[in-house]
Amino acid sequence: MKIGVPKEIYPGEKRVATTPEAAQQIIKLGFTVSIESGAGLSANISDDAYRAAGVEVLPDAAALWSGADIIMKVRAPDSHEVELLKTGQVLISFIWPAQNPELMDKLAAKQTTVLAMDSVPRMSRAQKLDALSSMANIAGYRAIVEAAQHFGRFFTGQITAAGKIPPAKVLVIGAGVAGLAAIGAAKGMGAIVRSFDTRPEVKEQIESMDAEFLMLDFKEEGSGTGGYAKTMSPEFIAAEMALFAEQAKEVDIIVTTALIPGKPAPKLITTAMVESMKPGSVIVDLAAEQGGNCDLTEKDQVVVKHDVTIIGYTNLPSRLANQSSQLYGTNLRHLLTELSPEKNGQLNINFDDEVIRGTTVIKEGKITWPPPPPTLSAAPKAKVEVAKVAVEPEKPSVLKQITPMLIGGLALLGLGAIAPASFMSHFTVFILACFVGYQVIWNVTPSLHTPLMSVTNAISGIIVIGALVQVSAPDQTIMILAGLAILIASINIAGGFLVTRRMLEMFRK
Amino acid sequence: MPQSLISMSYIIATILFIFSLSGLSNQETARKGNYYGMLGMVVAILATVLSDSVSSYAILISALIIGGFIGTRAALKVEMTQMPELVAIMHSLVGMAAVLVGYANFLDTNSSLSGVEKTIHETEIYIGILIGAVTFSGSVIAFCKLSEKISGKPLLLPARHWFNLGLLIGAIFLGWLFLHQAEAGSGLIPLAIMTAIALVFGVHMVMAIGGADMPVVVSMLNSYSGWAAAATGFMLSNDLLIVTGALVGSSGAILSYIMCRAMNRHFLSVIAGGFGTASGGEAAVIEGEVHPIDAEETARLLLDAKNIMIIPGYGMAVAQAQHTVNEITKFLRDKGKKVGFGIHPVAGRMPGHMNVLLAEAKVPYDIVYEMDEINEDWGNVDVSIVIGANDIVNPSALDDPNSPIAGMPVLECWKGDTTIVMKRSMASGYAGVGNPLFVKDNTRMLFGDANKMLQEVLKALKG
Repeated sequence: MKIGVPKEIYPGEKRVATTPEAAQQIIKLGFTVSIESGAGLSANISDDAYRAAGVEVLPDAAALWSGADIIMKVRAPDSHEVELLKTGQVLISFIWPAQNPELMDKLAAKQTTVLAMDSVPRMSRAQKLDALSSMANIAGYRAIVEAAQHFGRFFTGQITAAGKIPPAKVLVIGAGVAGLAAIGAAKGMGAIVRSFDTRPEVKEQIESMDAEFLMLDFKEEGSGTGGYAKTMSPEFIAAEMALFAEQAKEVDIIVTTALIPGKPAPKLITTAMVESMKPGSVIVDLAAEQGGNCDLTEKDQVVVKHDVTIIGYTNLPSRLANQSSQLYGTNLRHLLTELSPEKNGQLNINFDDEVIRGTTVIKEGKITWPPPPPTLSAAPKAKVEVAKVAVEPEKPSVLKQITPMLIGGLALLGLGAIAPASFMSHFTVFILACFVGYQVIWNVTPSLHTPLMSVTNAISGIIVIGALVQVSAPDQTIMILAGLAILIASINIAGGFLVTRRMLEMFRK
Repeated sequence: MPQSLISMSYIIATILFIFSLSGLSNQETARKGNYYGMLGMVVAILATVLSDSVSSYAILISALIIGGFIGTRAALKVEMTQMPELVAIMHSLVGMAAVLVGYANFLDTNSSLSGVEKTIHETEIYIGILIGAVTFSGSVIAFCKLSEKISGKPLLLPARHWFNLGLLIGAIFLGWLFLHQAEAGSGLIPLAIMTAIALVFGVHMVMAIGGADMPVVVSMLNSYSGWAAAATGFMLSNDLLIVTGALVGSSGAILSYIMCRAMNRHFLSVIAGGFGTASGGEAAVIEGEVHPIDAEETARLLLDAKNIMIIPGYGMAVAQAQHTVNEITKFLRDKGKKVGFGIHPVAGRMPGHMNVLLAEAKVPYDIVYEMDEINEDWGNVDVSIVIGANDIVNPSALDDPNSPIAGMPVLECWKGDTTIVMKRSMASGYAGVGNPLFVKDNTRMLFGDANKMLQEVLKALKG
């Protein structure tokens, strides 16, 4: 089937839905890929780079939309693009079905099949096609870069000849993918980072990034289904707000990422808190698209209010267009891999597959959204305490220790009682040799255990001595037996020593 | 040559043999040690050949030359991956020689012994042949299993313990019968029957042992071959044989012990055969998703890593991948990356198997580490590559008390950043135990023949 990737027409959108690397992989799956000329330019990808990867470059949008079986986009199509969409075409892009019911109806009316990249279920298997996560990661990183841009000081602390510079203090609210990425970026720049989240299970993740988890002295579980947060009780929110108010006075930068699926973003930073912040502080509101976590946020704008810069960009991934195109393109490629398990360039929208079922919001004109709830949550299951079987080493009883010694001693004494002197002298040699062997062998380095075996093999060929003595016996049978024994043992001697030599020659520094 | 001179030569040979073994304590002295061993052997053989009692030089020399020739050919031709087979077949030769010498000694009626001394002598012959025969047949089966002429799966006869017990009782009864008949100068028949029983016992013992336990078996047979030589020494009243036999015997015994400890198994339970027969409750079922990866992505991961650890297993030997591994190692080391090898004591089919293979491929031995040297350091490892190993990197050995391999020390590679596991398929290891490592979030599976995939990785690294 033919895949078409149009140029994004939404103002300020610089991303593109596939990259030459991703396209190469998609072509390997049996698809053909075409792209609108100039689609990758804003993401620093030239048409020639696409051509080199085997992608057909078409001059205009009309040709592209009409020729393709599958359209891959970043943004949801606008009304003009919906018109270009043909009956029966497959559309893969962000859709936000909950926020865009009219778009959904229009797409359904066109008898199309639509896969929404924002509806990929949150399961471990679907992680590789989870575009929300990969975009959130970029947004989190970029949030810190934007903050640094507007913040008048260093992030890292330094002691210089010109005086001491205190490190910046960063508070990250909501430690999802974006929050964690922000923590990582801020940490990497040397700031002191604190973070808060209503879900207690992320404490470990925050601490693993070397940031401080702000504890709320309040018991309430904030994990909703599908790994997202849920709305908390009023008491909890009050305690939370008190914590933020206290932190606002202290920190220099606040990054908010609090979102609850399908609801406007919770208001966490009040005007009073902004007023209490130090002049020159920065707030980056990653929830600006959903109304913002801060009362004073203005969508897509940078505003300075009460001497605090408040950044409300909603296109942070687009501001790192090349990186986000690469990740998004890879997400799409993984989705196509799932959709085309036979690698024959055909789509198989298999509703038994939970990932595909969740992602597909319209199938052949029928709205299939919302999907049945996923059975697996990304949040770890409540820990099942595995009863560790205490493998206490049993202390051997005295009797158990003594018994073998006793038996051994008795056996030796018994042997001594009947054995003649000649045997005893040999026996002495034997026991002593065992101890010498024990001491010597424990010193052998484990890496030479194989040469040890082959050299002991050779040495045990010493049995040839017995045969050498016997071979001169007058009896024919004995002579033949002994001759055979010599032959066999000398195989061992020659073979053992030589192969050991061969091996040891190989051990080089 | 006078008797005392011969004895002195034997003492010299003994000392040289001890030097030979102690030389193996490290790589620098090992080569010299091997020459000491050769010298000792030459001294011992010359002294014996020149003694007054030896006269039939024609047979003697031709046998020595033919045997020496066969041995030399085998030693120069053998592939390093076939070392376990070679070692096993050589054990069988020692066992065979012990049986032959034992029979020859029994048939030699010239002895002037009488009374208790005679009884002891007969007992020594009996025991010498018994051990020799068990070593012989056991090693032959071990050889067949290692060279995959027969299946590596344990053969578990019903009531096999009773069967073994029956064989043991039979051997003891025949021994008693033999001693009685030997008084009267006969006894060949019980001796022959006992030999047959011992052969059956050897076959059955090794048949019942699974492939993963092969290192224990090989070192155990090594030990037996030593005891067989020592028993022959007693039978011939020859101290050199006794000492050498005891050295080899204790060497093999220690190796078996080390191998058993590395698998957290009791020596007796290995010998009794089977695997996991004694496990308690249900082992935890492994759930999760494997993350496959391709050669190019592997190469990318390697190029981004600073500290790389490679864990080879039997699969590397099967695929003959050690040379490719070395090339990748060289390439990465030239790029300034730290590459090491982590060797589990029971990786492969005999003690030290992996070390020999890596040495063959010219991997420098100072970057090859033992498990205990590196198990603390996994936190610093960026990428670890598991090549054809399974049970030795199984986390359930540590966290699942019901796993059949619970308590076995393993290479804890999952504590590093990323683990790449190279496997032909998702089949479980020799122990038949599922491996939760494969579904860990930081594990990537690279499926395919180890050598082929590594070559692709190398190509991707260079390209």
